[in-house]
Amino acid sequence: MINSSLSQLARLLADKKISSVELTQLYLDRIAQLNPILNAFVTQNLDVSMSMSEARAADARIAAGDVAPLTGIPVAHKDIFCADGWRTTCGSKMLENFIAPYDAHVISQFKTAGMVSLGKTNMDEFAMGSSNETSYFGEVKNPWDISAVPGGSSGGSAAAVAARLAPAATGTDTGGSIRQPAALTGITGLKPTYGVVSRYGMIAFASSLDQAGPMAKSAEDCALLMNVMAGYDERDSTSLDRPVEDYTRDLQQPLAGLRIGLPREYFAEGLSADVAASVEAALQEYRKLGAVTVDISLPNTKLSIPVYYVLAPAEASTNLSRFDGVRYGYRAPEYGDLTDMYQKSRAQGFGTEVKRRIMIGTYVLSHGYYDAYYMQAQKIRRLIAQDFEAAFQHCDIIMGPTAPSTAFNFGEKADDPVAMYLSDIYTIAVNLAGLPGMSVPCGLGANGRPVGLQIIGNYFSEAKMLGVAHQYQLATDWHTRMPEI
Amino acid sequence: MSLTLQDVKRVATLARIAVNETEAATYQQHLNGIFGLIAEMQAVDTTGIAPMSHAQDLSQRLRDDVVTETNQRDKFQAIAPQVAGGLYLVPQVIE
Repeated sequence: MINSSLSQLARLLADKKISSVELTQLYLDRIAQLNPILNAFVTQNLDVSMSMSEARAADARIAAGDVAPLTGIPVAHKDIFCADGWRTTCGSKMLENFIAPYDAHVISQFKTAGMVSLGKTNMDEFAMGSSNETSYFGEVKNPWDISAVPGGSSGGSAAAVAARLAPAATGTDTGGSIRQPAALTGITGLKPTYGVVSRYGMIAFASSLDQAGPMAKSAEDCALLMNVMAGYDERDSTSLDRPVEDYTRDLQQPLAGLRIGLPREYFAEGLSADVAASVEAALQEYRKLGAVTVDISLPNTKLSIPVYYVLAPAEASTNLSRFDGVRYGYRAPEYGDLTDMYQKSRAQGFGTEVKRRIMIGTYVLSHGYYDAYYMQAQKIRRLIAQDFEAAFQHCDIIMGPTAPSTAFNFGEKADDPVAMYLSDIYTIAVNLAGLPGMSVPCGLGANGRPVGLQIIGNYFSEAKMLGVAHQYQLATDWHTRMPEI
Repeated sequence: MSLTLQDVKRVATLARIAVNETEAATYQQHLNGIFGLIAEMQAVDTTGIAPMSHAQDLSQRLRDDVVTETNQRDKFQAIAPQVAGGLYLVPQVIE
């Protein structure tokens, strides 16, 4: 049961072989058994009675014949999505006791689909991190090896899917936060084109880069989840008003003649040998399936990290100014005047990485520095987007590694922010350009930890990317491997 | 460039984050590391390049100037740290 695809689960539910209540209970039992080891869910956010009442409602819908394709299937949500009546912490002490008063658009889409929430998954604080070590609620363990990080920031969602604590989960990706943890835990994750999934009710980190997407066991499951998540929402001013798509439409497309671009910058110094070998083996598989590979260049790749670490902190510093201890969130127990209350509440409520980024952002936006940093970064951002535009003249899709190495150990990079930031070298440019990107498991590294293949598509080519990934998954079995836990 | 301890304290004040001397020194070290990374960007010639804020170069949508929100004051204030009589309480700002 726990290895079933979403369409298999949907069939079992439709044929009344299992009820949503039974299925939900099965996963809640697994969470109760394994979460004490993995910490994938924020324990305070589990609400068995809410989950079960959603499952009963789904069963009633199934009995009445009022079903959508995934009605009754449980799903875990990254704790960045506000869900009415659920504690929504964003991995921060600042929001430790925050009960969201409304549903994020993504949450309401899942509710409309009749899917059941299993609870909220742990994450790096305010989605700032690549290892889940910045969560106020403790680090998430990688189910493949509990001495390894699960990646971040959607590490709880990734670990939950990898360990089969949930059939699927939601994530968000600002600089790689869906793709990198998907790679490090051996699951499939998709970051859609910026603007395809509404950001309404998703706690903001860097608004021009943040994008929600699905994390699941396969590309086919991700396609079904995209059908639930995507769509125009007038409450997000950057949501794109486009015709509704069926993201499963290209799953059966053959790959003959597909031109895969290999950016030479993604296979250069810094890529570990075992990751390179697994990615090369995947490319070989694609060639067997009829695709051809072409050499391309994304010359400004290296600049994506400095550009990102100007833009993301700048946007974060303004977004996070709302946490002032007045309307919601943490307030320091003792303070003098109003400024002192702000300063103490923020100093005590935010963790170190978040404060570091707020300070970088405050500095680069401060008087006299705006042009030198923020404007310069926005200009280079266009150069980075133009790199991709030029590359897509020569290929249909781009492939490379998702991360330069397999999962690293806890503590390895925790005290060195620069080393941590460099681990996102292959994912950040995609966010800056606003392109869709995904990660697909393609092997195990020297230490037995998973390797991810990154697939980058042109704008709005999610359906094609999912097809390209699905064809690979029909021919290989990396996505079916499950950690022993 | 390099941030002095004084710069770090000024930024912390602007960001409304209280820092003590030890913390300021640690932030100084980390922030300088990060600005070392950011410095790579300064040498790039961007003459004539338009800044990019959105991949599709969208401009903000306009909507009709009508009330669309319903009053949910009680629900919203239920999660506030301190309220009384429908008001958010903060330390006195006017003598």
